[in-house]
Amino acid sequence: MTISKLLIANRGEIALRVMRSARQMGIATVAVHSTADADAEHVRAADQAVCIGGAAPAQSYLRVDAIIDAARATGADAIHPGYGFLAENPALPRACAENGLIFVGPEAQVMHDMGDKARAKDLMAQAGLPCIPGYQGADQSPATLAAQADQIGFPVMIKATAGGGGRGMRLVQNAGEFAAQLASAQSEARTGFGDDRVLLEKAIVDPRHVEIQIMGDSHGNAVHLGERDCSVQRRHQKLIEEAPSPAVDAELRQRMGQAAVQAVQALGYVGAGTFEFLLDRDGAFYFMEMNTRLQVEHPVTEAITGLDLVALQLRVAAGEALPITQGDINLTGHAIEVRICAEDPAAGFLPQSGHLALWQVPDGVRVDHALRSGSEIPPHYDSMMAKVIAHAPTRDAARQQLRDALTRLGVFGIATNRDVLGRALQHPIFARGQTTTGFIDTYGDELLHQADSACAAALAAVLSRLGPDHALRHRFAAPVRLNTGVVRVQAHRDGITAQWDTDQQLHLSDIRANGATCQFTLDGVRDQARFLAQDGRLNLDWRGRIHVFDDLTHAPATRGAGPASDGRIRASMTGTVAAIAVAKGDQVSAGQTVLVLEAMKMEHAHTAPIDGTVTAVNTATGDQVGTGTVLIELAPVPTPAN
Amino acid sequence: MGCNLRNLRGISPVFKGGEQAGMAQISTAISPGSDRYQDRRQGMLELLAQVQGAEARTQAASEKSRPRFEKRGQLLPRDRVALLLDPGTAFVELSKLAGLGLDRDDLSKSVPGGGVICGIGVVSGVRCMISASDSGIAAGALQPMGLEKQLRAQEIALENNLPYIQLVESAGANLMAYRVEDFIHGGSIFRNLARLSAAGLPVITVTHGSSTAGGAYQTGLSDYIIMVRGRTRAFLAGPPLLKAATGEIATEEELGGAEMHASVSGLGDYLAEDDREAIGLAREILAGLDLPRQEGPVRPHDAPLYDAEDLLAIMPMDYRQPVDMREVIARLVDGSEFTEFGARYGGATLCGTARVAGWPLGIITNNGPIDPAGATKATHFIQACCQAGTPILYLNNTTGFMVGRDYEEAGIIKHGSKMIQAVTNATVPQFTLYCGASFGAGNYGMCGRGFSPRFCFSWPNAKTAVMGGEQAAGTMAEVQTARAARAGVPVDQAMLDGMKSQIIAMFDGQMSAFHTSARLLDDGVIDPRDTRPLLIELMAIARAGDAAEPNQMQFGVARP
Repeated sequence: MTISKLLIANRGEIALRVMRSARQMGIATVAVHSTADADAEHVRAADQAVCIGGAAPAQSYLRVDAIIDAARATGADAIHPGYGFLAENPALPRACAENGLIFVGPEAQVMHDMGDKARAKDLMAQAGLPCIPGYQGADQSPATLAAQADQIGFPVMIKATAGGGGRGMRLVQNAGEFAAQLASAQSEARTGFGDDRVLLEKAIVDPRHVEIQIMGDSHGNAVHLGERDCSVQRRHQKLIEEAPSPAVDAELRQRMGQAAVQAVQALGYVGAGTFEFLLDRDGAFYFMEMNTRLQVEHPVTEAITGLDLVALQLRVAAGEALPITQGDINLTGHAIEVRICAEDPAAGFLPQSGHLALWQVPDGVRVDHALRSGSEIPPHYDSMMAKVIAHAPTRDAARQQLRDALTRLGVFGIATNRDVLGRALQHPIFARGQTTTGFIDTYGDELLHQADSACAAALAAVLSRLGPDHALRHRFAAPVRLNTGVVRVQAHRDGITAQWDTDQQLHLSDIRANGATCQFTLDGVRDQARFLAQDGRLNLDWRGRIHVFDDLTHAPATRGAGPASDGRIRASMTGTVAAIAVAKGDQVSAGQTVLVLEAMKMEHAHTAPIDGTVTAVNTATGDQVGTGTVLIELAPVPTPAN
Repeated sequence: MGCNLRNLRGISPVFKGGEQAGMAQISTAISPGSDRYQDRRQGMLELLAQVQGAEARTQAASEKSRPRFEKRGQLLPRDRVALLLDPGTAFVELSKLAGLGLDRDDLSKSVPGGGVICGIGVVSGVRCMISASDSGIAAGALQPMGLEKQLRAQEIALENNLPYIQLVESAGANLMAYRVEDFIHGGSIFRNLARLSAAGLPVITVTHGSSTAGGAYQTGLSDYIIMVRGRTRAFLAGPPLLKAATGEIATEEELGGAEMHASVSGLGDYLAEDDREAIGLAREILAGLDLPRQEGPVRPHDAPLYDAEDLLAIMPMDYRQPVDMREVIARLVDGSEFTEFGARYGGATLCGTARVAGWPLGIITNNGPIDPAGATKATHFIQACCQAGTPILYLNNTTGFMVGRDYEEAGIIKHGSKMIQAVTNATVPQFTLYCGASFGAGNYGMCGRGFSPRFCFSWPNAKTAVMGGEQAAGTMAEVQTARAARAGVPVDQAMLDGMKSQIIAMFDGQMSAFHTSARLLDDGVIDPRDTRPLLIELMAIARAGDAAEPNQMQFGVARP
């Protein structure tokens, strides 16, 4: 069996990542894409591409039949699923087997077993892996589940049996809140996976998330490639991953790795996989789940082992024996990865979609991405945009390198978590390697900390008024109005001043703009920033922080007083109306939820900005709406005349 | 006019080989370390400080109204202009000293500007003439020199095919200072608006505030009118006059508010909520018009070899001291390269070609009085420039045409006349810069304001007069002495001295750039260091204006 043409049943950075290894091995590549991705980078990069349906994942990337058809149409002999989408759906390997195609991953039965969390736990317990005490019985009645929770002892974790990625997962601190959290988890599981079964687990307090990468072949060989520490998470989504783990020493690594390899051999597992463990403070580890695919964070393992995991996947999928033994594997240095997500930290990490006005990738680090300036971020898919991976001899060196690289990563037009990640890397707890899965929750305020942005606003105002900076430019002070206030920008013979708050001002001179990169002398010090004015927004990336200001210079003063102060509730993003809580004529009070929008796999409540009466409901449940669409209109309750 | 040419330090052109063969690089002889350099620089800086002081007073006077404007939700006039223009683009402001000393005798307290801000700037990529009422000062009331300034702005717009933007907010004429000649003369403003429209040059007006009585036609004669809700006042008669005339009682808003005009009278085309939005609308209107935006290809060129800063230190404060104008040229033209025309003939009148931002330019200037050879050469050079289509820059530094028996016999009158003929009828854009003296018929031969150069600017030290004060005084003293001799009476020396000092004061008082610029006898007084960028811009304005082909109409755009 050889693979000569590989279809990648995925999109984004992972599709490009797989293509890169395939190309190095001389394997032709086939991309599949939705109508929303027709001009995406993975489509451009592939030798051939097939459109497999509409924008929604269910109409395209989740369609096994369309993907098999695409493989047949292009003559592909193998399918790589990437991660997400169909990567852990046994229907795909099954269909591959039926159609004589190689599936780059384990066989359907193993995937099925490991995908069912309850069954996976049983099997792994049999294979000798330590498991967290819990309940995964068939009796799903709330009363039984509550009783089981009591027996396990709080805190208890509720997990959707069919779940993944944090959906349908709830941490319950005490018996009192169990019933409500259970209902909520079940509801999410039902909408998310069409299956509301849950399992219960003892919650490990302040655990670290440590996972072991394994690789097995069809000849009975298996190796582990060390661990990754993915303790920095938000809502169970990993944000920072590193290898090796600061909490794992050689002896513990050997024990965990050995356990994982035994499990692989017990399963007869072929391909790349990951055993996720919770590591408690005392060094005890518990099996959580197995991921039967390539992980998002595989690059940190590649960095410290020097191996190409996708190449290994392709070789074992083609029936080759693993070319390495455990003894060949040496871990060198330390690697850290951060996930850049299209999420607005200032708006509760609300996923963002739209036009990526600027995208500049730093050198000196590995960046896995599938973007360019001008790319569209569709609202239909995961919010992860890119991964930045630094590899250095020591953890501190890697941390510094990555932190610096983030400041050089240019991203405008879409709000991201870049600066939160930058602050997390600098946080003393992370610097000391002491992060647990509660890190983001505990230190969220610090990480989100917004420094005073008045200077940044003034700088942005100057850069927005640069133009050709003609020697004869007028010397009047232009009152640039931003959403943060008015900045008076005035040219002088020796530079430009920006003044705000009557007595605050900064002075710029020797300004040199080259594309989005600006260099200038600011109050006597040479400095630089990235700047782009587009669509009425001023984007400034300065001193490690991205600022976005609305340029209201030519807007009447009545605008900019607040997003919905006019009583019109607009869609905060492109999505589907999931629920409408009010009808025409209803009285609402400020802050009351009136509508729920589902977008980017999450629900977003829209609240009334004012006390008032609903005068119009312009949408219905199930409608697809675009950002800014007026959904509900309110008339304010008249305030008593004073 | 005893200018000894031999005293001039000789600056010989150095010829370079290669591609630029024939172009001579001017080498400099001035030294920033010298006392003379420092003295001249100091003198020029003092004059510049006076210019800037006068401009600052105007700005400060307007700025005083800020609290009142902000309370009304308005922008001050300079804020309006700043937001109208494309950021960082060139703005050639005109006649900032208009009216200096005409409001009060003390020049150090006078507030110049004429109550209006005029200039050529870029709006949505289109170069336009902008005229904005300086309504921070006396509510934008029209001043006599403000009228002249607007007429000149309109003339420039017509001559250079520039769209015309007005930001109007004027209390109109001050009835307490009524002058019938201003009223009659003022009609030309409206005539020019109609001419601009018919010439295919859109007139776009934001009526930020009052535009009443005669001033209402400033709004009415526009092709596009933007009104500001609650602020626009456009009516022929306001409430007091109306009540006096017909007894009718109505509010200002009823008579001429933005909403009425936008929805009832049809005078307003666009209704803005405030000044910011109104300015934004004006920009949008310009953006939507398919007017010429391209300057043509940018030509590769070198900067001058020498620092523009030296331009502060070349001209002597005493115009009788000689100066080699090649030092000025060396700081204005590309690579300081200048090909002198007829260098060995009529050498005191310097002619030659250079490039400015890659574009050819003929330059005529004076290293001494104009003699027959100089006048003949200049005439030849002007005609050759017209043949080649090369614009001409006149750097005025002349005490006039040479006098004396030899010169009269040599036909200085006919040679001077020939030069004036050529200047008058030249078919290429001509630019005049008063660098030093511009005396007598020298002013005519060197394309003074009376010869309608495209643009005419002054350095702060410039002196323009029929002759120097001492010469005038000396002449009159000679006449008086001769008359006394004829009458056989002794000369009253005290009377003569008094008369001389009176004449000197009269001439010297009128020759300064502050005096002439106040009376619109140029387009403004500039910082010598800005000369090259200004020249580049003026040449571009003239070039683009001449290349433009606006859609001319028989009549202007009329409002239904």
